[in-house]
Amino acid sequence: MASEVDQPHDDVRIHKTETAPLVGPGHDFASVTDKISSLVLKRKTPIWWFIGFAIAFSITMMLLLTITNLVFTGIGIWGNNVPVGWAFDIINFVWWIGIGHAGTLISAILLLLRQEWRTSINRFAEAMTLFAVACAGLFPLLHTGRPWLAYWLFPYPNTMGIQPQFRSPLMWDVFAVSTYATVSALFWFIGLIPDFATLRDRAKSKAWAKVYGLLAMGWRGSARHWLRYEAAYLLLAGLATPLVLSVHTIVSFDFAVSQIPGWHATIFPPYFVAGAIYAGFAMVLTLTIPLRKFYGLEDFITMRHIHNMAKVMLATGLIVVYGYMMEAFFGWYSANEYESYMIWNRMTGPYAYFYWALILCNGIIPQFLWSKKIRSNLLVLWLISIVVGIGMWLERFVIIVTSLTRDFLPSSWGMYSPTMWDWTMFIGTLGLFFALLFLFIRFLPIISIFEMRTILPQAEIEEEHA
Amino acid sequence: METKPKLYGLMAEFDSPTDVVEAARATYDAGYRRINAYSPYPIEELAEAVGFHSTRLPLIVLIGGIIGGLVGYGLQYYVAVIDYPLNVGGRPFHSWPSFIPITFEMTILFAALSAVFGMLALNKLPQPYHPVFNAERFALASRDRFFLVIEANDPKFDHDKAMSFLKTLNPKEVVDVEQ
Repeated sequence: MASEVDQPHDDVRIHKTETAPLVGPGHDFASVTDKISSLVLKRKTPIWWFIGFAIAFSITMMLLLTITNLVFTGIGIWGNNVPVGWAFDIINFVWWIGIGHAGTLISAILLLLRQEWRTSINRFAEAMTLFAVACAGLFPLLHTGRPWLAYWLFPYPNTMGIQPQFRSPLMWDVFAVSTYATVSALFWFIGLIPDFATLRDRAKSKAWAKVYGLLAMGWRGSARHWLRYEAAYLLLAGLATPLVLSVHTIVSFDFAVSQIPGWHATIFPPYFVAGAIYAGFAMVLTLTIPLRKFYGLEDFITMRHIHNMAKVMLATGLIVVYGYMMEAFFGWYSANEYESYMIWNRMTGPYAYFYWALILCNGIIPQFLWSKKIRSNLLVLWLISIVVGIGMWLERFVIIVTSLTRDFLPSSWGMYSPTMWDWTMFIGTLGLFFALLFLFIRFLPIISIFEMRTILPQAEIEEEHA
Repeated sequence: METKPKLYGLMAEFDSPTDVVEAARATYDAGYRRINAYSPYPIEELAEAVGFHSTRLPLIVLIGGIIGGLVGYGLQYYVAVIDYPLNVGGRPFHSWPSFIPITFEMTILFAALSAVFGMLALNKLPQPYHPVFNAERFALASRDRFFLVIEANDPKFDHDKAMSFLKTLNPKEVVDVEQ
């Protein structure tokens, strides 16, 4: 009966979204290779690249100015002070780390689950991970106040005769985030090696051929090499999967291990991990929708990719909403006056606007994604993904600031508001992130070329039938 | 006597993955053992066809991970119990549950490093020079062509016989590759 199923019928249209191709029609090994590598090698740098990079680079300069002032003056230029000792630095740290997690999810978890649609977006998402982690790392580093002494966080034999405290979640954070940054960079680089070889062989100018050749390290596509390469890639994916879950779990421990009302909750690890993936997919959508349009990559990043990402965003968004409901439920059901005051204060206190804006951004607006019509409207989807990004930032603001401004003792309550330097620092990291992304899309293949070859229909080996 | 450059092997070019896999199988069946194939993307069947079935890499990664876990836990034990014991809220110096997160992270870190550097070491990369790059059309191995090489140091290798054998496999062309 198999032959009958293969016959094209008129009524198969309903299944079209499920079977929609991952690559546009008419592509072969050569055309996929040439199209993606020409973005790097041949195409003249478009004018929008210069404009975008110039803007992002100037904002990065603002970040440098802020850091200079911070180092010369001290962290007093920020608004955080007792009782709100953690504010923008930790909000932005958690926000950026969370954004990074979608990259690892796309590249590692979806690889293990054999979701082939990941192939055209994983390279880009991994780059996003790296740059987001770089931005995230700046915040705790500078929040130490004396960043030039940050190496004290690592255990090493020293003349002071002291050692770090391994019972502290902040130490766990140091190890989790540095491991995450290292493994993400390795995963990204390993994925690039065969594509560096392609660029080496395609490059017109001798200088670029040398640069890419150096990075390719002599890769020649030997069958023996490929077997080990695939093993390494799969193992790295298997290692990155528990790693990414552990990183945000440990980030949530920074809160959950303390006794502050609103932080001391067992739901934090899964709730934080879901929030991270939610924010990360929102960022991937925010970046890919314009990118595929400007670079004309509609054949490679198809509507199926966009739909799938929107669905993941919706699903993780629902987990996050469950987290909000549980926070409120815990506040009431705990019968603990501090916990119940905390949630009441969030909903009706001085920062209530932030709380309700968060519910609007993360809980209500994403529900539009249930509609296929809205998921297909790129402009609306792009706006929703930006709203989700803002909502996730608000979530961290609400968790951190409302809990710290009013904890156990009313005499030690106090308000928090950010200063100008808090904002220049945060917006500055956005500039750094985009400046790095602009460099990435100009100098490296934004889509994994060799993995695109593997999903083409002609990549199948036709076995002789006996 | 004229000094000819030493021969590395013979290289046959194919334009479909199915052809190169069939050719590699036929070459292996014909008794050639020092053969290799080159493709623009990983083809599991191709590695098997040239007689390469498994790699030691998973074992290396396992050992790396175990060492990482032991180093991570040992480090914390040494610091918290031997080198700098500190009473934190009356907890025992060896408060092992607090040591698990870093032990876990170090396991992953060491395993990942052994996966990457193990793969590079087993593949003998970085390797700036290799004879196959001398073939003019080999640059297409990173685009859309597939290559099969019989090395000259194969015990069964005889230039003319190997050449005519490869030509029976429907290649696009067969060329000599210099050392």
